[in-house]
Amino acid sequence: MSSLWYELEQFLDDVEKPARYIGGEDGTVDPDHSPEKASWLLIYPDTYEIGLPNQGLQILYEILNERDDSVAERSYAPWVDMLREMRKRKIPLFSVDTHRAAGEFDILAFNLSAELVYTNLLECLDLSNVPLYSKDRNAEHPIVIAGGHCTYNPEPFADFIDIAVLGDGEEVVGEISEIFSQWKSKPEKELDRSELLQELAELSGVYVPSLYETTFSNGRLVSISPKLGENTPNVIEKRTISDLAAWPYPKNQLVPLTEVVHDRLNVEIFRGCTRGCRFCQAGMITRPVRERPREQVVSMVEKGLKRTGYDEVSLTSLSSADFSGIENVISEVMNQDSCSPVSLSLPSLRVDAFTVDTASQMQQARRTGLTFAPEAGTWRLRQVINKLISDEDLFAAVESAYSQGWRRVKLYFLIGLPTETDEDTLGIVDLAEKTLEIGRKYHKSPSVTVSVGGFVPKPGTPFQWFGQNTEQELLRKIYLLRDAAKKIRGLKLKWHDSRATVVEGILSRGDRRLAPVLEKVWQEGGLFQEWSEHFDIDLWKNAMEEEDLLIEDFSYRHRDEDEVLPWDHLSAGLHKDFLWQDWRDALNNQGLEDCRWTPCYDCGACTGYGIEHVVASAVPPAGGSQGTGVSSEQDNEITVSISQTGTAKNLQPSGVNE
Amino acid sequence: MKCLRVRYTKLGKIRFIGHRDVARIWERTLRKANIPVLYSQGFSPHPRISFGLALPTGFESEAEYVDIYLDEEFFLKDFDAESIQQDIDIALPTGMNALKLGIVSTSEDSLQESVDACVWEVKISGVSVEEFKKIRSELFSSDSLDIERERKGKILVEDVRSQVHSMDIAEEHTDGVTILTELGTKPRVLRPTDLLKRINSELRTIRVLRKEQLTLQGNKRIEPLSIELHPAAPAEVLA
Repeated sequence: MSSLWYELEQFLDDVEKPARYIGGEDGTVDPDHSPEKASWLLIYPDTYEIGLPNQGLQILYEILNERDDSVAERSYAPWVDMLREMRKRKIPLFSVDTHRAAGEFDILAFNLSAELVYTNLLECLDLSNVPLYSKDRNAEHPIVIAGGHCTYNPEPFADFIDIAVLGDGEEVVGEISEIFSQWKSKPEKELDRSELLQELAELSGVYVPSLYETTFSNGRLVSISPKLGENTPNVIEKRTISDLAAWPYPKNQLVPLTEVVHDRLNVEIFRGCTRGCRFCQAGMITRPVRERPREQVVSMVEKGLKRTGYDEVSLTSLSSADFSGIENVISEVMNQDSCSPVSLSLPSLRVDAFTVDTASQMQQARRTGLTFAPEAGTWRLRQVINKLISDEDLFAAVESAYSQGWRRVKLYFLIGLPTETDEDTLGIVDLAEKTLEIGRKYHKSPSVTVSVGGFVPKPGTPFQWFGQNTEQELLRKIYLLRDAAKKIRGLKLKWHDSRATVVEGILSRGDRRLAPVLEKVWQEGGLFQEWSEHFDIDLWKNAMEEEDLLIEDFSYRHRDEDEVLPWDHLSAGLHKDFLWQDWRDALNNQGLEDCRWTPCYDCGACTGYGIEHVVASAVPPAGGSQGTGVSSEQDNEITVSISQTGTAKNLQPSGVNE
Repeated sequence: MKCLRVRYTKLGKIRFIGHRDVARIWERTLRKANIPVLYSQGFSPHPRISFGLALPTGFESEAEYVDIYLDEEFFLKDFDAESIQQDIDIALPTGMNALKLGIVSTSEDSLQESVDACVWEVKISGVSVEEFKKIRSELFSSDSLDIERERKGKILVEDVRSQVHSMDIAEEHTDGVTILTELGTKPRVLRPTDLLKRINSELRTIRVLRKEQLTLQGNKRIEPLSIELHPAAPAEVLA
């Protein structure tokens, strides 16, 4: 194997941000390649700045390099100017660690966490000189693996990958390495790719799309099942590591030489979430809650800060304030021996006063803005989506924030949610206005930034049956908000491009008929589609039209209970009937409380795999209404708030054109 | 007030990181090395460090400088320049090494103001030794050398002839030469690449390395590093 560095350094001066391509991050290991090891190239198919901090990729990078039978390097999608130069000079995709060609690795493993990167997957394959379609590859080509949340519906890109891995990767990457390195040790002429894939398909959590076939009838998917004669399971179950304490990774978080997003120490404090927000795919597919022991968190923070020199640490999870005894962790982290100020951040703040008080103590070194995510403008709609935060919770939180010196507050909302009316949509502006009124008690000119995203129903959630709002409907709601927000001083409104939401929707719940669509968009130059300067809706609409596919069919229509969903053969543990019941409850404005401190609903995520929550304390944290809508200070008993005001007529979404 | 001035390198792959990246690396390095740098006051405090002339991304250097503001006390008790230099050196990433350190008083001119020339080593290809000698003698026999430079969106024509202090062949290669050139930085930095492109557009620069940054003291140019605590190690005289 040889390095492409000499070729690269000839022109790196001429591309934007060349530091993206040099590697050399603190925390990297010298990859110890040898012919008997399975060599992995871990690829994040977006820019270096977005991909480098990805914790999943860094965890696997360490685990694979610690093993005797595997070795791993990393790669990221080269930006468009770099791609141009590489194509011109016939330089293939390369690893940033030792700058060797992607085609020289045994396994190309892609981290897919957003739909709009799918065309970059194709670009990376082509740039690696690997045939795009799995069926065209032979024993000489690398095995192409996809992991990440998008693998809960890999069907749109199933033809391009050899394997999809569902769930936590910590254990399964070792099992794949073991099988691969044994297979590789056979004499060359005996190397049979399909034999290898069959063997890998026997691993739990591994889905080999080529061993399954789909049947369509009248433009609808009617079945997806193992091909005749294939000894593969009807349903592939995700992998779950039951004990986070056994995996204290990354031990050596990579410290980039150039600026990236989330440029700080990140320590994962728990995985999984049982708040049960119905729009949230991450919360549904990563159950149950598995907390890292407090002592391990504190020691990972202390060691990490010393080693990296960062002055900021983020305790990451899907709802960090829910960690048992989070106050103690915070005070231990803040009181550690250090000569310079340290800031601590908790992403996904729960909206209550406790969090803000703590936030002000936590940010010694640097005060960033405070962001709250009520997600919906009215209490009724928040019951539908099961984000059980009362208006009072939000107002207490912003009061606390403004009174402690913050002048700018950010609020995040979704539009296009099930049962949403214009009253709900305009409730967003109403909440923002009241937030500003509170701010004026403390500041002359407080500001509120409202960010609005378009809702995309995701596989594996109770909203997987919901017909997404159309482009026009989302746009109408955006204009509604814009007009209402115009009059309010201090309110800044930002929104996600509704055209991008449309494409996300198609891919989110699409099926194998989308492979030629992806290929066409890629061929027409549709790369980096999540970047507004490169996103092009026309490429997608044209490609759909050429394939005789209707957006309506994929996104806008409601799906029936008995309809075959493209991901029915892939399981995150949740029973389909649980999800369906939760969907019906949603339409009745009915919330569902967190199962950490209420009896089990038997969603399937624990019972199905014989595992359970790992939490140090199974009582709700103090303060606010704790996802019940009822203040825990007035009423120590936690009750589920059930309102019967809504009826099934709300099933008629405002966005579907009949 | 005093501050610690460190001379360091930027060599190899790390030459492709930008000036802001270097600043961030220093902030982390000082925390890793446990150097009690002073912080600015305010809502968002920052460590007080400042740099010399920015090095263009892609150029290498053996003569970068950073000033680190520290509490006076730091210099009093058991100040051990060597161990501090070592701690910093270990904390810096591959390609960046702490070469020397000194103490300067903050009343002196800032690094950027005090430096008035740089010595560059430039590897050039596509030119024979004879051809280069000719180019060189033409340059030194002329009285003026106008260069077009863009500044704030406007094209300025400036005579930079007096900024070219010296230019000599250091090494001969089969397909080119390596030169050593001292270029003035006032009123504006003259980059060796801009200069070479101006005198002959055929010249291709392969590698650019900053060898020295110099400051004028009397009529001599010296390294901007004076070590007051160690009288045995006076500032190096280079020009």
